[in-house]
Amino acid sequence: MKFTRLLTGAVLALGLASTAIAEEKTKVGFVFVGPIGDGGWTYEHNQARLAIEKEFGDKVETVYVESVAEGPDSERVMTQMALKGADLIFTTSFGYMDPTINVAKKFPDVKFEHATGYKTAPNVSTYSARFYEGRAVQGHIAGKMTKSNIVGYIGSVPIPEVIRGINSAYIHAKKVNPDVEFKIVWVFEWFNPAKEADAAKVLIEQGADVILQHTDSTAPLAAAEEAGNVIGFGQASDMAAYKDGPRVSSIIDNWGPYYIARTRAVMDGTWESVPTWDGIGPGMVGIGEITDRVPADVKAEAIALKEAIASGEYHPFTGPLNKQDGSAWLEDGEIADDGTLLGMNFYVEGIEGTIPQ
Amino acid sequence: MDLSSINPILLLASLMVAATPILLAALGELVVERAGVLNLGVEGMMITGAICGFAIAVETGSPVVGFIGAALGGALLSLLFAGLTQFALANQVASGLALTLFGLGLSALLGQSYVGVKPPPTAKLDIPLLGDIPVLGPIVFAHDWMVYFGLALTLVVWALLKFTRAGLILRAVGENHDAAHALGYKVVRVRVLAILFGGACAGMGGAYLSLVRVPQWTEGMTAGAGWIALALVVFASWKAGRVLLGAYLFGGVTVLQLNLQAAGVDIPVEYLSMSPYLITILVLVILSADRSRAPGSLGRVFHASS
Repeated sequence: MKFTRLLTGAVLALGLASTAIAEEKTKVGFVFVGPIGDGGWTYEHNQARLAIEKEFGDKVETVYVESVAEGPDSERVMTQMALKGADLIFTTSFGYMDPTINVAKKFPDVKFEHATGYKTAPNVSTYSARFYEGRAVQGHIAGKMTKSNIVGYIGSVPIPEVIRGINSAYIHAKKVNPDVEFKIVWVFEWFNPAKEADAAKVLIEQGADVILQHTDSTAPLAAAEEAGNVIGFGQASDMAAYKDGPRVSSIIDNWGPYYIARTRAVMDGTWESVPTWDGIGPGMVGIGEITDRVPADVKAEAIALKEAIASGEYHPFTGPLNKQDGSAWLEDGEIADDGTLLGMNFYVEGIEGTIPQ
Repeated sequence: MDLSSINPILLLASLMVAATPILLAALGELVVERAGVLNLGVEGMMITGAICGFAIAVETGSPVVGFIGAALGGALLSLLFAGLTQFALANQVASGLALTLFGLGLSALLGQSYVGVKPPPTAKLDIPLLGDIPVLGPIVFAHDWMVYFGLALTLVVWALLKFTRAGLILRAVGENHDAAHALGYKVVRVRVLAILFGGACAGMGGAYLSLVRVPQWTEGMTAGAGWIALALVVFASWKAGRVLLGAYLFGGVTVLQLNLQAAGVDIPVEYLSMSPYLITILVLVILSADRSRAPGSLGRVFHASS
């Protein structure tokens, strides 16, 4: 009798102890659209996940699922994470928007952070980076560097974020090179190295000597390197492996500080649903080192442009700008508002082709 | 719209490159299915071949050794499938799907230290005089040797199945394994060999992606090519010639639609993007209007006692 009571006591104590430990740890989940080794988009999100682990050590536990298809599959993964006790879940692709909202409704105590979307809820925040600021710098370099006056652009999925990037790059290429022409190819995927390589090759065959990409793998850079006199840019990550070759600069997504801040907010109980959209200034968008392949004067101009954007003194979408059909969009000196930018579904004047709807 | 910016010679040349990975994988699967086994693990074997070939080519500096390694890697993985389905008599559909998932995971693990590494270039078959012939040269004579290997393999598979005794036995096993067994043929042995062949072909197809077409290693880089190869075998009604036609058609329309997009043709991009699938299926379905059908024992479990 005494012995059993002792045992029960021990078991109870153990149980209490283990729940106490479980409560101390904040569990953070990540849903990734590609593999963490893609060298681009997902790679950077995973770096930020590792930054959380480094910052908080034993106090957090992170879990992630990679290569999750956008759509019903992602909803299943998120539900699973929430059921397993995640306190905060980052869903890192545009196509996870509706699934995130659906799952968030079922788990009001779990906080969700959705990247690049526009739908929020009391427990769903959105966050994104002003990649178009980096695109402006790329466009400037592209306009200066192209000899054939043809710039190839590999589009992924026709959503506002990608269209913003095309417009921003085009405006700034056109500014320094009035003869520049953009050839745009849509691959309808974020990550498909074979397709991206094909698209890059096609663009190069049709005369492009600068390739801009909005897809996540390094395949277009490999194609540019094979072609020889073609340059490209790192996308989402620095893609430094191609520094000696075609990569002249890059846009780097730096999610670490944001992820750490949001995790801390959950720990402190101060988490609130807010939309975040930061650019070069706050450090969410980084411009990778501009290599020596770019002439010194162009490099200086590009850096000056970057500084002007970072300080807020210049906005990449400053009028006068017309829409593709010639109708006026922004007056001279007028700056585009965030609402229009977030829902951007038109090309600016001068770009050929139509946006897939 | 500026169609003149599309160079038909370059288009035809890049079509052959785009088609080779699925051609190789589909030929292997064709032989497997002709032996009566449905292996849905093509994607897994391709990606395993892609990393095995890549790693070995980088370590040895020789793409040829890389391709051999890729074939071995693919075959080794398919041996797992053979063990499950031929000896443990597991369900083929489930085992094949498991093989794909396993292959994707395994390749990611093997490839961790090869991200961002550049492979040694695969030699082009630049025949001095022939390669300089104006139109024909770049289309026919200026590829890497794997493209020709794919073509030769099509011919070999076709001839082997149609004219040789070995091919006859393989087809007999696929059509009716009980009858073949009654005649004294080793059903399991034939099938294991066919599965190994299928694995080796898929492995080389994958290595073609990582060593020639892309060329680099990224996780998940086959991105569905294995599934396309699988579908191609069915739509080609299990005939080697039609697999070649289907693969070249698919590769051709894929490259063509990108070209049309870049040239700014006034067709909605969505239609262009779906066109490779649509056109390939359409053509092969029309072709298969004759009375060709699936091998009789396809996907059925065989045990000598039944």
